[in-house]
Amino acid sequence: MTAPFTPYAPGSAQPPGSAEPATPKGVRHRGGDANPSAEALRDRFGPAVRRVDVVWGETTVVIDPARALDVVRWLHDEPSQRYELLADVTAVEFRDVEQPIEVVWHLRSLAFRRFLRLKAELPKGGPLEVPSVWPVHKGADWLERECFDMFGIRFAGHPDLRRILMWEQYREGYPLRKDFPLRGRFSRAEQLRQALAANPEARYSMEELSIADAFEDLPSDMRARLRSGEKTGE
Amino acid sequence: MGLTPRPDVVSVEPRANEGWITTRLDFLVNWARANSLWPMPFGTACCAIEFMATAASQFDLARFGMERMSFSPRQSDVLICAGRVPFKLAPVIRRIWQQMPQPKWCISMGACASTGGMFDNYAVVQGIDTIIPVDVYVPGCPPRPEGLIYGIMLLQEKVKRERMKDETLRTEMEPDPGSQLYIPPSAINELSEPFGNSVHQTRSGL
Repeated sequence: MTAPFTPYAPGSAQPPGSAEPATPKGVRHRGGDANPSAEALRDRFGPAVRRVDVVWGETTVVIDPARALDVVRWLHDEPSQRYELLADVTAVEFRDVEQPIEVVWHLRSLAFRRFLRLKAELPKGGPLEVPSVWPVHKGADWLERECFDMFGIRFAGHPDLRRILMWEQYREGYPLRKDFPLRGRFSRAEQLRQALAANPEARYSMEELSIADAFEDLPSDMRARLRSGEKTGE
Repeated sequence: MGLTPRPDVVSVEPRANEGWITTRLDFLVNWARANSLWPMPFGTACCAIEFMATAASQFDLARFGMERMSFSPRQSDVLICAGRVPFKLAPVIRRIWQQMPQPKWCISMGACASTGGMFDNYAVVQGIDTIIPVDVYVPGCPPRPEGLIYGIMLLQEKVKRERMKDETLRTEMEPDPGSQLYIPPSAINELSEPFGNSVHQTRSGL
């Protein structure tokens, strides 16, 4: 149960004194040239940039969680950066209980052909909250909802932060957290009872923009249901 | 031979053995039902690909009177659940089952639909028989089309042995404790127990 956890690292199987691991094209495991945007971020944000790692040639900038929206907005708006594509928002929790949970943003600059990974570290005891980047990247909407659904990280400023993969009345917590049992917290019978109690026909809410557009075309009973604020028909 | 004009008067001559058969009503009805099962495909995963292959020309489900895929549950006879069913879909498949008119049957196709398969986790129903009654289970991951066809032929055998007089076959079973479909929570938990040596994966290590 408490066996020491020894993660595999690149080169750990090599005999001591071997050369540093590298790809066939000579990209080193650690170190190497950082993305120039990392240096620009240091100049602009100073202490909010906590660490810059270069792993296998990819640059990771660890930032102050509270400044995440500012950093992403600056990277998006600054003409010398132009990170206009938000590829992913996700999170990582490590098995080591001391290690903080990381929220990860993958940004891509199409104009300069650059890839930048931003990370914000949230200590496990504290509130798991970071600013939402939805005001800059509208595509972050569902990505952040999924991250909230699976990890329980709250994105402050998100317009509609609710579960997206699990159903909205899911009561067992956040499935991808390390303290979540693989089979869930409840018995199978209880899980089934709660799932079957949901009304499959009442999945819409006015927050779904596509439904809001088609509101006048909906049948009258559904219009009445949506007007009454019903979300899930529990 | 050739065509003969339609007679004005039909006279039954018991000894002329042409144009008449006598049989049991059970046999006739079951024969008709078994050879025109209209499937309602409920495909959620890779089993649905094999199901499509079964329905296509190579394996040709039309030989069994099943060429008409019924994408409305109200005009179908057999629900073929092909693929894993997450808990979020559990109320959906039960609603589809309730919308199907009697007589109706269910085939659980593949390991995931039958037992949850390798997805022994927080999100997947451990066998659709905990939600709806199942007539035939087809093992495999996914089953080959021959396997599904064998399951369909088993179902045809089952249909052919039904008695119209037996009313319990056609009573709609509601999932309340008084009905036959009701499965007590202890039974669901027992059905959902994992096989083999995978019991320890419940512990997360923390």
